[in-house]
Amino acid sequence: MTGPQTDPAAPAPAAPDAPRHLVVVGGGMVAQRLVEALRARDTAGTWRVSLFAEEPRKPYDRVALTSYFSARDAEELTLGDPALWDDPLVTLHRDCAVTSIDRAARTVTDRLGRVHAYDELVLATGSSAAMPPIPGNDLPGVFVYRTIDDVAALRGWVEEKRRTATTDGGWERPVRGAVIGGGLLGLEAAGALKALGAQATVIQFGTHLMDAQIDLGGGEALKRLINGMGIAVRCDTGTQAMKVSRRTGHVGRLDFADGGRLDVDVVVVATGVRPRDELARAAGLAVGERGGAVVDLACRTEDEHVWAVGEVACIEGRCIGLVAPGYAMAEVVADRLLGGEATFPGADTATKLKLQGVDVASFGDAHGRTEGAMELVWADPVAGVYKKLVLSDDARTLLGGVFVGDAAPYASLRPMLGTELPGDPGLFLLPEGSGAGAPSLELPDDATVCSCNNVSAGTIRGAVTEHGCTDVAGVKACTRAGTSCGSCLPLVKKITTTELARAGVEVSNALCEHFDLSRAQLFDAVRVAGLRTFSEIIGRFGRVPEPVTDTGGAVLVRDAGRGCDICKPTIASILASLGSGHILDGEQAALQDTNDHVMANMQKDGTYSVVPRIPGGEITPDGLLVIGQVAKDFGLYTKITGGQRIDMFGARIEQLPHIWRRLVEHGFESGHAYGKSLRTVKSCVGSTWCRFGVQDSVGMAVELELRYRGLRSPHKLKLGVSGCARECAEARGKDVGVIATDKGWNLYVGGNGGFTPRHAQLLAEDLDDEALIRTIDRFLMYYVRTADRLQRTAAWVEDHEGGLDAIRAVILEDSLGIAADLDAAMARHVGDYEDEWRAVLEDPEKLRRFGSFVNAPAEPDPDLAYVTERGQIRPATEDERAALEEARAAGLATVPAGPVVIAGTTLEVRR
Amino acid sequence: MSVASAEQVGPGTAHDDGWERVCLLRDLLVERGAAALVGGVQVALFRLPDDTVRVVQQRDPYSGANVMSRGIVGTRGGVPTVAGPMYKQVFDLTTGRCLESAGYAPVQGLAPDLATWPAEVRDGVVHVRTRPAPADGAS
Repeated sequence: MTGPQTDPAAPAPAAPDAPRHLVVVGGGMVAQRLVEALRARDTAGTWRVSLFAEEPRKPYDRVALTSYFSARDAEELTLGDPALWDDPLVTLHRDCAVTSIDRAARTVTDRLGRVHAYDELVLATGSSAAMPPIPGNDLPGVFVYRTIDDVAALRGWVEEKRRTATTDGGWERPVRGAVIGGGLLGLEAAGALKALGAQATVIQFGTHLMDAQIDLGGGEALKRLINGMGIAVRCDTGTQAMKVSRRTGHVGRLDFADGGRLDVDVVVVATGVRPRDELARAAGLAVGERGGAVVDLACRTEDEHVWAVGEVACIEGRCIGLVAPGYAMAEVVADRLLGGEATFPGADTATKLKLQGVDVASFGDAHGRTEGAMELVWADPVAGVYKKLVLSDDARTLLGGVFVGDAAPYASLRPMLGTELPGDPGLFLLPEGSGAGAPSLELPDDATVCSCNNVSAGTIRGAVTEHGCTDVAGVKACTRAGTSCGSCLPLVKKITTTELARAGVEVSNALCEHFDLSRAQLFDAVRVAGLRTFSEIIGRFGRVPEPVTDTGGAVLVRDAGRGCDICKPTIASILASLGSGHILDGEQAALQDTNDHVMANMQKDGTYSVVPRIPGGEITPDGLLVIGQVAKDFGLYTKITGGQRIDMFGARIEQLPHIWRRLVEHGFESGHAYGKSLRTVKSCVGSTWCRFGVQDSVGMAVELELRYRGLRSPHKLKLGVSGCARECAEARGKDVGVIATDKGWNLYVGGNGGFTPRHAQLLAEDLDDEALIRTIDRFLMYYVRTADRLQRTAAWVEDHEGGLDAIRAVILEDSLGIAADLDAAMARHVGDYEDEWRAVLEDPEKLRRFGSFVNAPAEPDPDLAYVTERGQIRPATEDERAALEEARAAGLATVPAGPVVIAGTTLEVRR
Repeated sequence: MSVASAEQVGPGTAHDDGWERVCLLRDLLVERGAAALVGGVQVALFRLPDDTVRVVQQRDPYSGANVMSRGIVGTRGGVPTVAGPMYKQVFDLTTGRCLESAGYAPVQGLAPDLATWPAEVRDGVVHVRTRPAPADGAS
């Protein structure tokens, strides 16, 4: 045998325990899964992996390709933990297709001519978009829909066509798009065209849309829904030719077999995929009738060292164009490479269409082809709903299903495939709230809940009972259920909650020991009851620790205690959001969190930092001089913050009013850097100065900051405004990000930096100033009212039932009928705003609270000590303090060499 | 501008009986702490809803900073507490005992619990003993 040792590119002759070499050809989703699974299980490091990807990217989520239109950030589609590619046992060769395989030598050659030896080889080359032999299919303007580059090219083309379509005739007409193919991918492509502002017509050769997955009845319902989205559909239509436009030289018209025609500016072909089996063919491996490298149930080809997974594998006589079976194959090969005996469990061909606003799902024998199968159909043509269950001849065993317009039963029914349904199957099809209610399903442990990651109900239960997970987030992290497409999340949540309850873990959203309510519930309770003091609130809604036993006629005292550092600041925030006067008024003063207490940010030595508001980061030279002079006069350390303003550190509690008196006199106001409230609205310089800016981002940022300043919220709020798509203000890292377009503003929500960075998601596009502000008003007020304590907008959006779509419905379509209320609440906030610091300076009673000692109010804390560094002060370290003590004890007049200790707070630094 | 109480009692007014007059009860807000110097030592005074006053050390053992008076006052299982403003430990205001360390350890050289000082309100004036109570919390 010709061993790999003879190959020049091979590693040095392998030591007996050196890792063996696995070569994976292809860099798609299934390849990524294989490497991930192998590295997760191969703890001994017996394999090193080289992965050759044709695309210049890390493996990305092709299923979510359409979201690239809204995300516009290829990185967001990257799959899995990026740390995988830093693993020393994994090498990713991007932009580096493999061009040939030498099975005898056990080597592959890449496009750069380099030869790599392998011990085992896995083909994961996937498939390419099929291009039917229609004349004209090579014209400019004809696209396929398969990779990020395809999508980017399509987007560029549509945007270019929109520009020329507008200017050529002097009048604006929409870009006309057509999609050939009415399957899953075709509908996604049509949705993408619509999202780009183009018209879209879907041309389907078959009798109805998605004919591979759903039956005629479902197809008809689907067509109505698709039409409802403004997408035209032509079924039973063959495309005979794509004709060139003489004027542009681009594709200009489709001619159909029935004589019909359609003028077009862009065509997307989505008629299916073809396995990329060229390498397998060239290497002499057997290929299936319709292509694909033939493998057995172990995913091994006829060559014992060559495997194939995913769409290129012809398994059980066919190639499968879905990701879940591909993942299953990847897991099988990973297991086999480590000596396991796993076999392919059969394809789960369940599908769910991810087209915004349209629910389509099918699973199992959707067409009722099983002998003796019965179909149970529920249809509501008016609402565009069609639901069907396929059952065995005794009407008990579930064989499949089709859901169009309402896929709610899909998540709980799909795992029941092949099992007997409890009760009357018809009940599963009735709409929610019809009174009947579906029987509750108790899934068997081996039922698959997450088919993307092959997680069973039993595994999810085990995450709760054995691994101590106490919420959905924990279960997701532990089992990976719901981490790919997310369609099973409602079911994951349900199983998790049920299991927690069963385990006796109280699924509690209680705030703390004093309140059983969550923050959102408490907010509503306080708002509706009109209570305005903590004593009233805890008296009314507080939890009484133990039931008071009957005391035989004595007066029962209801006593829920006096709160704590959890509920008091929460209620302080709720009262502030409801506009209950100054935060230091009366009893409210005792509720405030550390920083709100004195309206400054406590630092490690007990002194504070002071941040005046600088709206939009715009400040005059005179303003800078004021801040500079104040900092100098009080001996404060200064630093520019991340939010485009200036922080002054080292202010003692008794100095705060004096500092603020100076700042307020010169027109500054509180920056609320201490509050769970609006912090800053960061901006780039925008169209007033920038060569590229398309809107006045600074002006908008100033307006937003002045509007929302002082708004108390469940957590801090940060906003950003960018003047063009270059996004210099990093607005998508903010809770609310505004990005200028040539037509107005795009609004993104739910971003943050910090421990778990999140990119904000698109909420609405091309808003004018007024609509932008109204939309942000409602978003913020809805968040303030319904979020949990210390829950930032990103987590709130994720936890909100129905996610961002549901929030969009509340805000833009007023689905809850509360929009006017939200608007009024924000108007009240804007109208009632007053500068907290100015109000304190005008109130001697509040000012008294800033004394350092109740019996020596102007005496500085004698324990403070500072050293200078880079020309400014900083707190002395323990060692530096010790050195000072020593010097003093030794009776030295001056402190020895080393950092200069400014003992106490009155020496050296001019105050 | 004055941020001083007009009727402060002033530091160093120790009496022979080992108690010091610190301030008037009405100088203290209910459930909002105040710092004071007693016998030259920084302490934190807390007026509870029943108008009794609790006194603990002002130094926060978990940060080393003199900030305890700025913590949030509340109850835990009916016991009056204060939460450390820096890292949110919870202390029993009566005994000074740390009820919850919140995952932190005290800075080097400091005990996890707070020292307490006996305090009394006599005719509207807060008196604090010049020496802390014994470490077991009994006064």
